[in-house]
Amino acid sequence: MANITFREAITRGLEEAIETDENVFIMGEDIGEYGGAYSVTKGFIEKYGEKRIKDTPISEAAFVGAGVGAASAGLRPIVELMSISFSLVAFDQIVNMAANLRYMSGGQIKVPMVIRAPTGAGVQLGATHSQSFETWLAEVPGMYCACPSNPRDALGLLRSAIKSDNPVIFAEHSHLYGSRGEVPEEYFEIPLGEARLDREGDDLTLVSYGYGVHILREAADAMAEDGIDAEIIDLRSLSPVDYPTVVASVQKTGRAAMLDTARRNGGAMAEIVSEVQERAMDWLDGPIIRVGSKDVPWPYNRNMERDILPDAKEVVDAARRVIAF
Amino acid sequence: MEQAEKSKVAATGLVRPTSNGPDKESPSTNGYDVSRNPVLSERVDNAELLRMYRLMLLIRRFEETCGQHYSLGHIRGFLHLYIGQEATGIGAIAPLEDRDYIVTHYRDHGHALARGLDTNRIMAEMFGKRTGLSKGKGGSMHIFDAAQRFMGGHAIVGAQLPLAAGIALAQQYMDTDVVTMVFFGDGATNQGTFHETLNLASVWQLPVIFFMENNLYGMGSAVGRVRHRGSDFSDALGAYDVDVVSVDGMDVLAVREATQAAIDSVRAQGSPIFIEAKTFRFVGHSFADPGDQYRERSEVDLWRRRDPLVAYPKQLLEYGVTTQMELDDLSASVDAEIEAAVEFAINSPEPELSEAFDDVYA
Ligand SMILES: Cc1ncc(C[n+]2csc(CCOP(=O)(O)OP(=O)(O)O)c2C)c(N)n1
Ligand SMILES: [Mg+2]
Repeated sequence: MANITFREAITRGLEEAIETDENVFIMGEDIGEYGGAYSVTKGFIEKYGEKRIKDTPISEAAFVGAGVGAASAGLRPIVELMSISFSLVAFDQIVNMAANLRYMSGGQIKVPMVIRAPTGAGVQLGATHSQSFETWLAEVPGMYCACPSNPRDALGLLRSAIKSDNPVIFAEHSHLYGSRGEVPEEYFEIPLGEARLDREGDDLTLVSYGYGVHILREAADAMAEDGIDAEIIDLRSLSPVDYPTVVASVQKTGRAAMLDTARRNGGAMAEIVSEVQERAMDWLDGPIIRVGSKDVPWPYNRNMERDILPDAKEVVDAARRVIAF
Repeated sequence: MEQAEKSKVAATGLVRPTSNGPDKESPSTNGYDVSRNPVLSERVDNAELLRMYRLMLLIRRFEETCGQHYSLGHIRGFLHLYIGQEATGIGAIAPLEDRDYIVTHYRDHGHALARGLDTNRIMAEMFGKRTGLSKGKGGSMHIFDAAQRFMGGHAIVGAQLPLAAGIALAQQYMDTDVVTMVFFGDGATNQGTFHETLNLASVWQLPVIFFMENNLYGMGSAVGRVRHRGSDFSDALGAYDVDVVSVDGMDVLAVREATQAAIDSVRAQGSPIFIEAKTFRFVGHSFADPGDQYRERSEVDLWRRRDPLVAYPKQLLEYGVTTQMELDDLSASVDAEIEAAVEFAINSPEPELSEAFDDVYA
């Protein structure tokens, strides 16, 4: 085991892929000479050269689209967006092209491509730079979406994402880059679409992904002091969702609350709550509650932003309501 | 409009060929005689020349002060300073009329100050206070003052360009003589919106000035590494039949002159013009970037030697426009203004949390 940061885990996954598969290359804005906006690819260009590490112009539509093209022609591009907010500039290429190519060609074409992007609010970047579009992208068929919460999962999921023959959105919450965790030295993978039981408990099931899992832990600690024993499921992927794991947990506890750090309205949990409600109907002791960010654009002001973001207290309150039902 | 007429601006020689960057070993002192300039001499008197200097100093001190307060945690998020580019923003904005529109990107404090927006309220926005121009919701990258026709502060690279075209379209539609000026960087010319908007502005003959501040880097990317033809924009717009004016962005008077001519033309003819000002940011891209990884120290030093805050006052003294005493007084008044702005920002109330839910819909 090595104790490394989330950033180091991703760096390691990328280096491995570059070193073991000559068809893998990385491209994005300022990933080369500058070392990446979040320093994930620091030193790569010196080490691997400009063929494998491509600095792009600020042309998201073109380079994401070029990634789709390169993938369809046999390469395995890893494309970095400086922020998932900038995916909007490339949305057509991601949704209409990357995700649809295989289907509309009747299965002739495959697009083995990873789109990595920092996501999430909380550092006062304002309305255009704080969004969490993994929740939008997770809905699109033909594409997967991974969103790890810790270094081990980041590495394991990244390995699967790079090996996948399908486009994968790899959403990295910006709060997590500096966070640490144990990562095995020996090779392992984490399949896309496999959730993780983060904490066992009998009283209710808490579900989230990415940075949300850390908020759930804080909430579960607070509840434990009140004698409430919460189980935490870390989805790890928003597409596909590991419903069997979530449903099994809800069947055991009979209650659930789910957390989006993205906007609650139309968030990923809106869909997941609905599905789990149907699948676990006979086991539920009450309705499932969603917690998420409030339904406004992201403000710059710190207090406002914090208020709009969900916190552990809101999760605890939701859990109490579920239990009291 | 006829092509011949459109290129009048460039052809009249009003656009003084200036050194486009520090290609000379010793940077020029920009000896420049306003009285011999037909465009400037009519409209720019000594008071105006001094006003421009004061604004230049105001921007520099404002930016330095923002840097300090970023380090103190009073200002957060992304902070993109305009230090080094002051001559460009002032030269470009000074000749605009109050009725003209400005649209810009996230490196916007300089433009806001050059426009004469309230220093206190810009600073308060930096601090995220309720008294800020955007009520603390926008932050450093999203300065707006619609009443002054200052339409943002936009943080998605290239996103402001179509907005400007639309504002210009509205002017054409309403038959006004209002000019819209949109600022952007060299990096933004690689966005689809740039090319799409230029085409639109050309096809529809929109009264808009595309003002590119070519500071030679888009974040860590030298323009030559990410743009075909690198820094040569001379006929980049040939495909769109938009006139290109290149100007030395470190020379405030040259910028002013070129921009004045462009404004006159756009106001009269209603068709777009592209201005490229070559300039340099002395500091990092944002506060997260020390700015020394991807550029040579010597390059930064070379540009710093052309600091408009040094060159311009020297020029003013040489031409007898002002005295050292007057400059010192200006400097003191700028310091007082900045100090007052910081005090205003610090003493201003935080917005109520409930205000986060206002302004979502009209
Ligand atoms: C669509 C989009 N992609 C990337 C970014 C991140 N980003 C912000 S500023 C910038 C560089 C822009 O350079 P340039 O246009 O030359 O303007 P300058 O900062 O030099 O004034 C980048 C890459 C962004 N804000 N929006
Ligand atoms: Mg630039």
